[in-house]
Amino acid sequence: MKSLFSRGKRNPRPAPVINASILRSTFERRAVLIGTVQGGIGVLLAARMGYLAIAENEKYRLESESNRVNLTLIPPRRGWILDRNGAPLASNRADFRVDIIPERLTNSDATIDRIGALLSLEPSRIADIKDKVAESRGFQPIEVASGLNYDQFAALSVRLPDLPGVVPQRGFSRFYPTGASVGHLIGYVGPASAEEFEEDPNPLLITPGYKIGKDALEKQFEKELRGIPGARRVEVTARGRIVRDLETREDIQGDPVRLTIDGPLQDYAARRIGLESGSVVVMDCRTGDLMCMASMPSFDPNSFSDGIGSVEYGMLRDDERVPLRNKVLKGLYPPGSTVKPMVSMALMQQGVDPNETVYCGGGLRVGNRVFGCWNRRGHGAVDMAKGIYQSCDVYFYAMAQRVGMDPIAAMARRCGMGQEFPLPVTSQFYGTVPDPAWKMNKWGREWQAFDTVNATIGQGYMLSSPLQLAVMASRLATGRHVMPRLTLSTKPQGFDNIDFPAEQVDYVRKAMSDVVNGPGTAGRARLPVDGTLMAGKTGTAQVVSLSISNGRTGPWKYRDHGLFIFFAPYDNPRYAGAVVIEHGGGSGAAYPIARDVMTFMFDPAKGMEALASLEKQWGGTAQQRLDARYAAYAAERGAEVRRPPRRDEEIFDRVEAEARLAAEQSQAIAGEVVTPRPIANPSGTPPVSPPGEAAAAAPATPGDAGVDASGPAPASTPDSSVAGDLAQ
Amino acid sequence: MRLGSAATTSGIIPEPIARQPWEMLIPLFALVGFGAAVLYSAGGGAMQPYAASHLVRFAVFMTMAIVITAFPRDLVRMLIYPAYIIVLLLLMAVEAIGQVGGGSQRWLDLGFMVLQPSELMKPTVVVTLAMFYSSLPLGMTNTWRALLIPGGLVGLPMALVLLQPDLGTALAIGFGGAMVMLLAGLPLRWFVGGAAAGLVIAPLAFFYGLQEYQQRRVMTMFDPEADPLGAGYHITQSKIAIGSGGIFGKGFNEGSQSHLNYLPEPHTDFVFSTMAEEWGVMGGLFVLGAFAVILRWGWKVAQESNDRFASLLAAGMVVTIFFYVAVNLLMVMGMAPVVGIPLPWMSHGGSSMLTNMICIGVLMMVNRWNKNAPRRGLTG
Repeated sequence: MKSLFSRGKRNPRPAPVINASILRSTFERRAVLIGTVQGGIGVLLAARMGYLAIAENEKYRLESESNRVNLTLIPPRRGWILDRNGAPLASNRADFRVDIIPERLTNSDATIDRIGALLSLEPSRIADIKDKVAESRGFQPIEVASGLNYDQFAALSVRLPDLPGVVPQRGFSRFYPTGASVGHLIGYVGPASAEEFEEDPNPLLITPGYKIGKDALEKQFEKELRGIPGARRVEVTARGRIVRDLETREDIQGDPVRLTIDGPLQDYAARRIGLESGSVVVMDCRTGDLMCMASMPSFDPNSFSDGIGSVEYGMLRDDERVPLRNKVLKGLYPPGSTVKPMVSMALMQQGVDPNETVYCGGGLRVGNRVFGCWNRRGHGAVDMAKGIYQSCDVYFYAMAQRVGMDPIAAMARRCGMGQEFPLPVTSQFYGTVPDPAWKMNKWGREWQAFDTVNATIGQGYMLSSPLQLAVMASRLATGRHVMPRLTLSTKPQGFDNIDFPAEQVDYVRKAMSDVVNGPGTAGRARLPVDGTLMAGKTGTAQVVSLSISNGRTGPWKYRDHGLFIFFAPYDNPRYAGAVVIEHGGGSGAAYPIARDVMTFMFDPAKGMEALASLEKQWGGTAQQRLDARYAAYAAERGAEVRRPPRRDEEIFDRVEAEARLAAEQSQAIAGEVVTPRPIANPSGTPPVSPPGEAAAAAPATPGDAGVDASGPAPASTPDSSVAGDLAQ
Repeated sequence: MRLGSAATTSGIIPEPIARQPWEMLIPLFALVGFGAAVLYSAGGGAMQPYAASHLVRFAVFMTMAIVITAFPRDLVRMLIYPAYIIVLLLLMAVEAIGQVGGGSQRWLDLGFMVLQPSELMKPTVVVTLAMFYSSLPLGMTNTWRALLIPGGLVGLPMALVLLQPDLGTALAIGFGGAMVMLLAGLPLRWFVGGAAAGLVIAPLAFFYGLQEYQQRRVMTMFDPEADPLGAGYHITQSKIAIGSGGIFGKGFNEGSQSHLNYLPEPHTDFVFSTMAEEWGVMGGLFVLGAFAVILRWGWKVAQESNDRFASLLAAGMVVTIFFYVAVNLLMVMGMAPVVGIPLPWMSHGGSSMLTNMICIGVLMMVNRWNKNAPRRGLTG
């Protein structure tokens, strides 16, 4: 090196003498230099190689192994969800399915079109898949189709080399045999979202074909149902071709979850709701088992598991009967007159003699106001039993004035209203039991006499869910503090906790039996089963003031809610429950459903007979009608439907927010006196015609009621402010 | 003085065989044989399609090298300029065929092998420059004429090869030319100035002169993990192959990187990685050692010659072979961009075998000349 530089300095001499020996020595020196540099590079290469192969050997050996060996997780089969008799409400069925992994697609649109053509998918489905691919994070698999037949599967499999990123496989998919009937109860499954993967970065979550519970019980029991994934280690080439299997470990299926639900009853009740929007809850009085939690209209969880399609979402979204809302847990309604047996218990607890009578002349003057009874002609002398079976408002107005609101509110809470139950559900609304302290706290206003009047007939601020009403029914029927349970593995609770003395229980049971079997308001609810008498209490809940709607006709959402709580047999209660029909036009919409559901419990054949003839009029079972509606809707709207929100969670957050808002509706009239309808016990059958025309079908009017239709006009315009503790 | 093989002293071996340069030929045969073994493995454990043709080609071109060895000095000097012109015409022909056929092309299909004229140009440029400087009057060595004409002789083929576009081969041609110029005694400051100018021009050339895929390859060298499935894939997989081999390798025919196609081009550019995976550091040191012996012998041949033409010729050949070896090995170990230069005598490929056997043939030829007219003494 040195000699070269010194030579470089000598060179600039003008016209140096160059001869052969100088050039020769230059050659030799430079040759040595180049040779040295070459040797240096050789040493560098040897050192580099030693570094790679010795110092970093472990790292590269691992990388080479991870190249060579491909570990594929075998998604575990999900545990079944069983009803109380072991019949599946959610099971798995083997099928062929296709997923795509967006980050491995080279030309996503062309590939999706190609698959779409091969599997003859609908255009709207193809558009949905493209949207999802565009919005997905690359590694999350997106389901293209499941339930393929073997020919389709084979057609796709042979074209795999041209379709990178497409993963056809044999697997299991979730299957709900009764479809829409269990939609709200069980929930559905779907591929994990990016947020869920971030929370739990388990590679299983992004395994193609793997789904997690997205709502309700499927989500709640995720841990039990998941199981342990199997694994397959294979040697693969760079192109992904499998050279040989190295090792396979089978998956372990998730544990089954045994519910207290009676599958056939659940399905029957869901179907029996028919064209109405409402819910049916049935409990076993001896254990607190929730045997039925039907909420209709509903969605088909089978079709949700491959993602919620835009057409399907549009249809469910545009329906004012909110098929996405679980009305058992998240529907809040003024309980109406169904609270009267509970209020009676409060009165007896406060020392009111049940045989004491109150004269009902059609209204009661308190201070300078007159509060009307639903029966404008008056009931005459009314004792507690008559107050219940005739649903006399004046009796309860008078007695409630005597004991005050606080004992009634306490009793309401003891019966389950305003309470949250320890159930494995994702969310439950607990409604409102108003009392003076609550009103002051919430509204900053003094409790008024008319507030007590409203509350004793289950109107005003009072709100409860169908589940709470069913719990109330079972506590009234047994006199014990029955706690509901949803899984067979939880212990029955509350049976050593006696709420009411036996003679009071017997009194109320008899009075409630007379509602149905005696001179009461629900004569048509009598069970067509010999020797089994059902007891119950009707309720009609107004949602707007009398001046806006008569409650039975006009716009659907202004019609009265129909409610009915019941238990049977009345003298030795075995089953209790509640039926709530939203905007059904009065209790007449609710108790026939309760009657048929109870008939099914005691005599299934007779129950099915009644349902079959009804379904003939309605146009098929709930599932058939849902499918038909979907087809009609899709044909009509076609491409121009609203796109579903990006995440399923958003859908249900939105539904829940709307449920809260809907519950406020009836509270809009809570700021005034709620004047009961002149017809509190319409006993007509629910309208058979489609919802839009139902208004025209006027319910039959019982002879002893509803002649005087011109009740006192409301004192003030409805207070539009919203009220209620609607927390979950 | 005489560094000939020990075989000459033994009377048992016939003289024509004994006078061959066995100190180079034995490592060469070993390297080719080892190369064939690696190609056997790269071919999935079979002689076909790589190993057999590799050996056949070596046999054919070894014969050619022996023929070259026999060339007298005057014949060589007479053939050099016509040879240069013919190869240049071939380069132009490739370019013209590419233009007509629509799309770039680098080779001519000769039926029995596919010839890349740009490969042939590498030794041709070296030979031509050696010829030029040996006939240039000594006094003109540091005048502009000593640079201008060789500049044209190197620049023209480089430009043609760059048009293909083939940056690796163009650089190899330029490197060979520059080394001969350096050895011919051109003033060192020209090289320093050239290097300085290169530092300025290189960024410009990088951004305006290179194709996008070439730019990516250069960038990838600095950060192969940035694009592990794209341009960095080659380097990453090659390093995994070499690194996972360890000291003794995974064993013959046991390389998963090459057998499962993770390693790209396991039989051509990345043949060293294929070898290193199965034979480990030991195999690598053997290959490096064999090249070191061959190149050292080449330098010795160049220095033993007292003829300016012959020593420039021999040194140019050594440098050409070295360029192949160094760039290829730097590339597979992740220290140079992926430029597509094969490893001499191990990579499967006719043109590179042809070029390297021409180099060996020329070196053996000079060696023969040296023996026939040994140097009288040391100079300088």
